[in-house]
Amino acid sequence: MKKNRLASVLPPVIVGIVGLALWEGTVTVFGIREILLPKPSSIWAQLFEKWSVLRHATWETGKISVSGLLVGIFLGVLMALIANRFKVLNDGFTPLAIAINATPIVALAPIFNAWFGITGTFSNQAVVIAVVFFPVFINTAKGLNEVHPNEIELMQSYAASEWTILREVRIPNALPFFANSLRLAAPLSVIAAIVAEYFGGPQDRIGTVITSSAGFAKYDVAWAAIAMASGLGLLLFGSALVTERLSMPWRISGDIKDN
Amino acid sequence: MRDNSEALEEAVSVESADKVFNSGSDNEVQALLGIDLNVKEGDFISLIGPSGCGKSTLLRLIADLLSPTAGEVKVFGKTANQARLDQDYGMVFQHSGLFDWRDVSANIELPLELKGWSKADRHVRSREMLKLVRLEEFKDYYPRQLSGGMQQRVSIARALSFEPRLLLMDEPFGALDEMTREHMQVELLRIWRETGTTVVFVTHSIPEAAFLSSKVVVLSPRPGRIHSEITVNLGNRTDETREDPEFFQATTEVREALRAVEAN
Repeated sequence: MKKNRLASVLPPVIVGIVGLALWEGTVTVFGIREILLPKPSSIWAQLFEKWSVLRHATWETGKISVSGLLVGIFLGVLMALIANRFKVLNDGFTPLAIAINATPIVALAPIFNAWFGITGTFSNQAVVIAVVFFPVFINTAKGLNEVHPNEIELMQSYAASEWTILREVRIPNALPFFANSLRLAAPLSVIAAIVAEYFGGPQDRIGTVITSSAGFAKYDVAWAAIAMASGLGLLLFGSALVTERLSMPWRISGDIKDN
Repeated sequence: MRDNSEALEEAVSVESADKVFNSGSDNEVQALLGIDLNVKEGDFISLIGPSGCGKSTLLRLIADLLSPTAGEVKVFGKTANQARLDQDYGMVFQHSGLFDWRDVSANIELPLELKGWSKADRHVRSREMLKLVRLEEFKDYYPRQLSGGMQQRVSIARALSFEPRLLLMDEPFGALDEMTREHMQVELLRIWRETGTTVVFVTHSIPEAAFLSSKVVVLSPRPGRIHSEITVNLGNRTDETREDPEFFQATTEVREALRAVEAN
């Protein structure tokens, strides 16, 4: 098991290191101007030089991403439970939600600024909530609905109430679907927060650091901010995976028995 | 295992039951017509027929998962609805219906949990049931870690955990390979003898119906009607029984009834 994990981690690490080395080498050898593509070493240097600014910006953007993510998850799950309870709502709302989810919701950022104010953080947060809500709602609703008919009949044969069926069958059945939506929504929340910051809100955020650095042709700083944003996205994605593992021990099943 | 002193004669009685689906619409289907069926306590009866003959529908009428459009269904002298509320029967489907998120013991204990049994009592009973289906060493496994045959044994253990007097089975071995299937049939007969439970078993396999049942009920399709009832008496059955002339005769009888049904 340990060996397997090492074997699966090693190749991407090697490819990553080789990629960075090629990047550094190409920029140096061909004399590409730093204004077009800074070397990884210059970006690395900026990470240290601008650390306090970057750390603060990442923290603030992180707060927007995580709070928006949590509210979006809460609303998505709540709506999925309500839609599961009332068939009319499910039939009416679910197809609409699937259609909305196929649209670029982040494009709403300037509209949200007009609605909720351009200086506060709520309009940025609202973009994150909207982006997270739809995949969480759609997947969770699907998981609550797609139960094998025999499993429902079985519960009815025990004279179980709708509430018991929800608790014992539908909710556990929806967990893997919900976990999939988390994998999507966690990195999306960071993307949504940064894109929203491009259009407004306070000035000490990752999004604004990227736009202002690029505006002053300080591309190495912009890249350093992008690196921080990537780190944040990976952190949230990792948390989604850990949550998935912890909440569904039965999914880490051993070998199939033959008999 | 059970006190049979106040045993009732009739476990199931169906009287002139009809079932119509989508009544009044364009795709109205007369699934069952004028069904009369009596199952005595301790019987093992099979419902067999071509697909679309309504055998699963009939089982669901007995289980009160569907209501008859006309006629009456009684289980142990009560309405089917009351019998379901009293949990007088256990049910096994082709899809094992085991919950991935519960280990084997917890799956077997589910109906007991819903009935409000204490943890200690549930444990004792699930151990007994695992012993009955010979899966003691797999109590902590998750369903996905088990083979199809083992999953069905857990499903049977779960259906019998609260000691119902009636076991309703809807093609429970339909998804198993032939060897596992024959093995499971012998196992089921052993469990049936040990528990004295009445069984109503839906199948589309001729040898399965002939091997298991004391009575095979043959249904004809569109609308589903009872074509004939064949009494089988093979006594104590083992794997060797499958090579007996009596078994051959029983399968032939069932096969001929089914041919007559198809010819209509």
